[in-house]
Amino acid sequence: MSDPHPPYLYPPYRSTPLRAPSQPLVVPKYGPDAIELSSPVFGHAELGLLDNDLTKQHAGEPLGERIVVTGRVLDSGGRPVPNTLVEIWQTNAAGRYIHLRDQHPAPLDPNFTGAGRCLTDADGRYRFVTIKPGAYPWRNHHNAWRPAHIHISVFGTALSQRLVTQMYFPGDPLFAYDPIFGSIPGEKARERLVARFDMDTTVPEWALAYQWDIVLGATPVED
Amino acid sequence: MTQPTPAQPMPAQPTPSQTVGPFFGYALPYADGSRVVPEWHPDAIRIHGRVLDAEGEPLPDALVEIWQTGPDGQVAASYGAFSRDGHDFTGFGRCATDAAGHYWFSTVKPGGAAPHIAVIVFARGLLRSLATRIYFPGEPGNAADPVLSDVPADRRDTLVAVREGDRSYGFDVHLQGEQETVFFGV
Repeated sequence: MSDPHPPYLYPPYRSTPLRAPSQPLVVPKYGPDAIELSSPVFGHAELGLLDNDLTKQHAGEPLGERIVVTGRVLDSGGRPVPNTLVEIWQTNAAGRYIHLRDQHPAPLDPNFTGAGRCLTDADGRYRFVTIKPGAYPWRNHHNAWRPAHIHISVFGTALSQRLVTQMYFPGDPLFAYDPIFGSIPGEKARERLVARFDMDTTVPEWALAYQWDIVLGATPVED
Repeated sequence: MTQPTPAQPMPAQPTPSQTVGPFFGYALPYADGSRVVPEWHPDAIRIHGRVLDAEGEPLPDALVEIWQTGPDGQVAASYGAFSRDGHDFTGFGRCATDAAGHYWFSTVKPGGAAPHIAVIVFARGLLRSLATRIYFPGEPGNAADPVLSDVPADRRDTLVAVREGDRSYGFDVHLQGEQETVFFGV
């Protein structure tokens, strides 16, 4: 299976040259050990009931287009990964993160923080209610804009499956100009980060929906 | 991807990685993320250090996660890393670097012949995460450890923490440069 991940060094993304390791990764002959073949576990009791609804974390409704984002977390054999932690974070509808260092002159939304989490169910499914995030400018190059995206973090069952990535929205005209999206080798691999509009999951009079499955890498024992 | 749940699981292509970006600070770090065990735990040790780039500049926007066995060498199966009760050992810690690129954990030394802690580093500018290990100095088992032995001898020291006192260890992560930390692939 070819490596679907971006290289560490990708000069068009200007933060990589000083941060990418220059030495090749060391692949131990005897493979990982028990700790790396396992993964931290999280329980329902330590997550809030509304942690997966980013529109209900404040007194009022956030501005923007309400969406339901669902999908499954799968292993490389296509098997569901149940009870694994999924965390997301994103801008508000105007393209502004609540993070203090985000100085993009777009409004903050007092009713939207933009962070959520949930555990996958027995079938590996996750579900979030949120607001469609906005595009925003960054200083990588002249007139650089990030396509709208939701950051997502997943654990899996082995440390080697630990994945942080970004989900994008279909048909974004900014894809062609974004070096972070463009860092992924191959169009097919890039397409795997683009969610599908999901009419079946929309809620009439209330929310649109997107569907996106996450496939984790092989655990060392599978190879 | 558009079909309902298939009856037979089909091999699937992995989802590519993307950078954690600079703006995870309000989302991923959490209260007591650094406290795998509380500082008052009788066996608590501190592991801390900086994440540095090729020019030795600290990264103010990195996220360090650790995952380890308990002193008995067993993999923890306890949840509760998000709501520490000071008692159950979860084995998991998460710490964002501060403005000086510094991270810290309060934890216990793991068990095993060559005790080590698995580490994952995320940062703006890292399009995929980096995996490394923290070993402990002066452990007789280090010399025979199969993974440490696989690492070129002149780079082994990058994986061994520096003892700073009875209960404190330093471990800097050099992403690049002369002292570049050894990172592992699977």
